[in-house]
Amino acid sequence: MRKSLVLLIVMLAAIGLGACGKKPVKPDESSQQTTQDPNANGAGVGSANADSSDDTTQGPLEGLLAKRTIYFDFDSSEIRGEGTDIVAAHAKYLAQRGGMKVRLEGHTDERGSREYNIGLGERRAQAVRRALLLQGATEAQLSTVSYGEERPAAAGSDEAAWAKNRRVEIVYLQ
Amino acid sequence: MVKAARLTAWIRSLVLVPLAACVAWPAHAQLQVDILQGVTDPIPIAIVPFTKASPADGGLDVADVVQKDLASSGRFKTMPRTQMRNQPTRSQDVILADWKADGNDYVVVGRVSTLADGQLAVDYELMNTLTGQTMGSQRFTGTQNALRNAAHRVSDAVYEKIVGIRGAFATRIVYVLVEGQPPTQNYKLIVADTDGENPRPVLESRFPLMSPTWSSDGQWLAYVSFEGRHSSVFVQRVRDGQRSRVSARAGINGAPTFSPDGKKLALTLGGTNGNPDIYTLDLQSQALVRITDDPAIDTEAVWAADGQSLFFTSDRAGGPQIYQIGIRPGDKPKRVTFGSTYNARPRVSPDGTLLAMVTLDGNNYRIGVQDLKSGAVKVLSKGRQDESPSFAPNGAMVIYSGSDSGRSVLATVSVDGLTGMRLKSDQGQVREPVWGPFVQ
Repeated sequence: MRKSLVLLIVMLAAIGLGACGKKPVKPDESSQQTTQDPNANGAGVGSANADSSDDTTQGPLEGLLAKRTIYFDFDSSEIRGEGTDIVAAHAKYLAQRGGMKVRLEGHTDERGSREYNIGLGERRAQAVRRALLLQGATEAQLSTVSYGEERPAAAGSDEAAWAKNRRVEIVYLQ
Repeated sequence: MVKAARLTAWIRSLVLVPLAACVAWPAHAQLQVDILQGVTDPIPIAIVPFTKASPADGGLDVADVVQKDLASSGRFKTMPRTQMRNQPTRSQDVILADWKADGNDYVVVGRVSTLADGQLAVDYELMNTLTGQTMGSQRFTGTQNALRNAAHRVSDAVYEKIVGIRGAFATRIVYVLVEGQPPTQNYKLIVADTDGENPRPVLESRFPLMSPTWSSDGQWLAYVSFEGRHSSVFVQRVRDGQRSRVSARAGINGAPTFSPDGKKLALTLGGTNGNPDIYTLDLQSQALVRITDDPAIDTEAVWAADGQSLFFTSDRAGGPQIYQIGIRPGDKPKRVTFGSTYNARPRVSPDGTLLAMVTLDGNNYRIGVQDLKSGAVKVLSKGRQDESPSFAPNGAMVIYSGSDSGRSVLATVSVDGLTGMRLKSDQGQVREPVWGPFVQ
């Protein structure tokens, strides 16, 4: 650690960045893209960047396939109601197109501890993943990420907002 | 810590430094201090304005910083300047009988002066009006930029002389600031003084940043970033922003905490199948050791004071509870919390005797502190969604985040529950405050 510390100081001095060293770091721009509302059909959200992999016009738009969000009850990762039909429609679509890939993004409402909520969001994403696998999608087509309570779809601290935030979003990657 | 393979990532971050706009952090983004509650019988003290060293002192009112620090602790009642009969700056000029007659138990006087080498010196003297003794006097030196820190060191010294506990005013906090409305939010990691002054963004992202944590020497932060649309754990040096990604494995990479010796991280990894378990990662060798192996959610590990075991959250018994497990292979976890149906996010006091956590109290998520020996739990906060407790390095206070009339706030509360203050942000949501260590 000491060696790299010295190395860094030397590098900083060499590049002459010392003066700016206390400015905030920005994550690598190439991996940083505009956040887009998956429910907004790609409208009205800033897109000052080249990456359009979150564009909700990606993937199929007909019928149930236009629906990309599965909602959950409080403290539950059970897929229910219309969610079952949405998952079935996407599973069928994916099963017929082996090259198509989706990312399953799990979310929770704001209550409770943040990292524990990351675990709960992952559990929801995995529930959708398992349902898709059972109905013909393959592992290679599916990836998951849990944002816990960090990326709410709706602001507010009432049941209406919480219900919109307990969700899994299916994001088509091509 | 940084292997050759990681160099690319860091060179990239170095190159990005000059690209970041060199704009001043707007002053209005600072946090405002509100004292929520104090002891019923606060100690009366007069902090007399110090002599100035204009213009070298940059106009900073050192005595005002000290007065605000002591008042914010909830343990002192400070005399308004307008009520002072005179404003001496040396102990020999202080007529103790007058200050005593005006109700003060203690008087602090002092001076800011410029030294031959251009540095500034802050001298203070603390007198007891009852005994007539000078209880403390000390000089702190530094540059103009360090003057505020010197003022906090005066507060630390005065607090310790009177209360008997080392003050933690000259320490820092890190927190997450979220601006904008869902779904388009901007995330910043901010390092600031504990009174909210000198806020400095050390990282900005359009993707969530969460779970910041300090190394025990205060030189490094670890945190989770979702840049690239997956979670990664980063370690970043505070001084210059040098960062390296230490875990970007499949699935969850979360909840990092440094071991007391700074050599390892405890963290949560979820894997492809999404089963979060606790691991330790040696930052030098990159050796990864699995600590828990359970189908439940195991997360939020934090090191015991001796570095030999971890406290963590697990829902293996249904709801989340806190467990402790040794870090040696084969060690079995032992449940630590029982009183509520929801106990999560443990943090251990510096002396290892107390556990702070988020506990469900009725229908409210609040900050609880459990005595690890007796098991007794005290609920310290009064909010509806209080979270992310973190001990001050002196063990006397806990900082946490909560909300107040729909706005997020950072708040502190003493572990006896008697005193507390609030740091309100007038811009954005503030969350996940973590109190840094003492700085030498």
